Amino acid sequence: MEMNNAVGQLFFLKWLYFMSSSGNHSRSSADNINRKTPLLVFNDKGIYCPIADIYIDAWRPVDKCIITHGHSDHARYGHKHYLTHHNNVPIIKHRLGKINVKGIEWGEQVSVNGVVFSLHPAGHVIGSSQVRVEYKGEVWVFTGDYKLQDDGVCQAYESIPCHAMITECTFGLPAFNWRPQAEVMEDINTWWADNAAEGKTSIIFAYSLGKAQRILKHLNTDLGKIYTHGAIEKMTEVLRSIQDFPTTELITRETQKKDLLGQIVIAPPSAHGSPWIRKMVPYETAAASGWMAFRGARRRRAMDRGFVLSDHCDWQGLLQAIESSGAEKVICTHGYTDIFSKYLRSIGLDARTEKTQFEGEVLESEKEAV
Amino acid sequence: MRDFARLIKRLDTTNKTTVKVQALADYFQSAADQDKVWTIALLSHRRPSRPVNTTLLRTYAAELAKIDLWLFEDSYHIVGDLAETIALVVPQIQEVLEAKSLTAYLEDIIWLKKQEDEVKKAYLQKHWSGLPYYERFVFTKLLTGGFRIGVSQKLMTKALAKATDLDEDVLAYKLMGNWDPATISFQDLVLAEKAGDSDSKPYPFYLAYALEDSLEDLGAAADWSAEYKWDGIRAQLIKRNGQIFLWTRGEELVTDRYPEFEVLKETLPDGTVLDGELLPWIEGDIGSFNDLQKRIGRRTVSKNILKQVPVMLRAYDLLEYKGEDIRHLAFEQRRAYLEETLKGQAEDVLSISASLPFEQWGTLANARAKARLVKSEGLMLKRKDAPYRVGRKKGDWWKWKLDPLSIDAVLTYAMRGHGRRSNLFTDYTFGLWTENDAGERILVTFAKAYSGLTDAEFKQVDKYIKNNTIERFGPVRSVVPHLVFEIGFEGLALSSRHKSGVATRFPRILRWRTDKTIQEANSLDDLKKMIP
Repeated sequence: MEMNNAVGQLFFLKWLYFMSSSGNHSRSSADNINRKTPLLVFNDKGIYCPIADIYIDAWRPVDKCIITHGHSDHARYGHKHYLTHHNNVPIIKHRLGKINVKGIEWGEQVSVNGVVFSLHPAGHVIGSSQVRVEYKGEVWVFTGDYKLQDDGVCQAYESIPCHAMITECTFGLPAFNWRPQAEVMEDINTWWADNAAEGKTSIIFAYSLGKAQRILKHLNTDLGKIYTHGAIEKMTEVLRSIQDFPTTELITRETQKKDLLGQIVIAPPSAHGSPWIRKMVPYETAAASGWMAFRGARRRRAMDRGFVLSDHCDWQGLLQAIESSGAEKVICTHGYTDIFSKYLRSIGLDARTEKTQFEGEVLESEKEAV
Repeated sequence: MRDFARLIKRLDTTNKTTVKVQALADYFQSAADQDKVWTIALLSHRRPSRPVNTTLLRTYAAELAKIDLWLFEDSYHIVGDLAETIALVVPQIQEVLEAKSLTAYLEDIIWLKKQEDEVKKAYLQKHWSGLPYYERFVFTKLLTGGFRIGVSQKLMTKALAKATDLDEDVLAYKLMGNWDPATISFQDLVLAEKAGDSDSKPYPFYLAYALEDSLEDLGAAADWSAEYKWDGIRAQLIKRNGQIFLWTRGEELVTDRYPEFEVLKETLPDGTVLDGELLPWIEGDIGSFNDLQKRIGRRTVSKNILKQVPVMLRAYDLLEYKGEDIRHLAFEQRRAYLEETLKGQAEDVLSISASLPFEQWGTLANARAKARLVKSEGLMLKRKDAPYRVGRKKGDWWKWKLDPLSIDAVLTYAMRGHGRRSNLFTDYTFGLWTENDAGERILVTFAKAYSGLTDAEFKQVDKYIKNNTIERFGPVRSVVPHLVFEIGFEGLALSSRHKSGVATRFPRILRWRTDKTIQEANSLDDLKKMIP
């Protein structure tokens, strides 16, 4: 869906307006930039477009920053101006508080100093985008975090033809092969039903943004009631303006243990082993993560069950995304970067690794700072 | 095989012993007889020999997954388990193979060993592409090795006892020795009654606590007996009805692994049960625990290894005397009967752990200081009037071990762990300072250790390693020297096989010295000064 020129112009003006402090400056310095400089570079602050003087998912405070999605390693505090998909606006406002943010549509073009930026669905979580960057016919895409499978919650991934692709590769190993979501959700619902039959509470751990709603959306509500931890409840409340979800009930001080028996509780990973959980005995625990593909990871987490469910690409997904983009140049950011880029070189691509501060899917709870 | 795979999955997803026993008992109640025999065999390290070497396994799996071997290897280093890696990388199945019993699979595996490589390849690839993920994993595990699911022979025996209503110790006796799962029936192995079944029955061990308070707090020195504490395997030696039985503390029956004790059949009176320490006894001296490790777990004992590392029992208690349970008697009394019983026994196989004479507590401290010289790891204190108790009980027996030797060393290399630690860097190599020929100060490797930190600390160190890697060598990474750890060990010896010239016994991390810089870590010379 391409925007027509008039609308594109309008947003170009707005973009310049809300970044008025540096509008003229960036144009004059752009002429001095050697065209051998890549369209996007990696510096100590983030992924940077020198011609437009704009960052993407910067990890240190910058002036202008495009945000791919709301997870804390991509959407950080302290930038002067944020630009993101409008579905992501309520999410990052909820997480970062009062910020100067502008939301745009899928495919809407924003031009700065001859560089055309647009956002396209990444299929990772609600409001997650890939960033397309075009300058004089050269197209780069930064995928952000993404998955190819349509999860029925967020806008499905869209393949963007490009010359250079900057991709994550959190699960860039041939050992990762996701099963269809419907099968995994059936396992989760069966697990819930089995626990309920034994009079136990089912507690499933999932990221408060993304995984929690993905599970919630596909739980079989005939089985019982769905309870949530505060962090999940708040984020889900924010997302209900964008997507329909089954009814949930927040666990409070007043919630009785007997109310929870046979029901399911969605909690952030950080709640595992906390006194909050221990109150709920008898219960069964489960984690839903791509890492659950590894037996070692399952056992280390001491979960009763591990469901392999990820919002990132598996091995085949990554390869398919790169192939259909037609990119000749691939830069791998986070995950098994060395192995993945070595493999890409072995199939004839110009691939390398760049160090970033993105974390991908973290198994333990450190990412959950809500 | 489907029910066996389900069993392994149940065992693998719980840490609770009761749940494991229940899962096994359920299986033993429902599975086919011959599958039960194979399950017992697999869980007591009686698997058929590996039909296909791991190089071929890797090659065939990589080929099926359509990936280069290097990519398979790199994946394996991260997954940490060969069978799991294979099960993960091969493509998802299109069509499920017809179900076969566990016994049928094991018969296949025995048959497969003698086949040409091409036949092996076809068989493996057919099964990898025709089994769902977990069965594929279990199938491959049958080919490669142990399941590492925390099921000891003891736990398996307990579950079998539960499922068959047979006595656990009787079962342990029935399951020992050399039986062939390919030919024996469940009836003959487990159910049939045998004469003397219960002759092997051991007593529960009495275990000591580590001494926490000062000696004076134990009361009058005259009420106590002392002896050296030996560093071997706790064992019970039983002689009943002309038979010898040897049990270890894990309550595993290991008689057939230590044929040295056969001679006692002739000399030890019937109705005798001894408690003591199994020790390597090399040319009239106690060997190191490393020597003993060559014997532990070895089911068949070659003449060569018997000659290299003979063992003996150093006895320190008598539980049954002339066929009578005497555990209720005072230690002093049991000790007198023990001395009487051991008189005239072959001393290179069975000796007594000597009592250390002392009148005041102070004298004991001197004896303890000499412990390392007599190859012991400290002292044992036993109350003279105490009975032989059951399990770990405070009050009557105390172990007073030597403090470990320790040194501050620098983390230089790291490797990913296995099992529950796969994907985390938890196996470390440590270096000490020395000077090279050019007179520069360099770090030389002196020990490896992978225990002693908390999970939280491991996570922090793991993060440091991932962010500060210099070079990668397969699963190993060299790390920017920055972190200092206090490394503890039990003993030191000169060694030509080690780069540092020194071998350490049981090195482990005592603590993370966040207060020290690498310049403050110790030198190799400091370490060498500790060699006795």
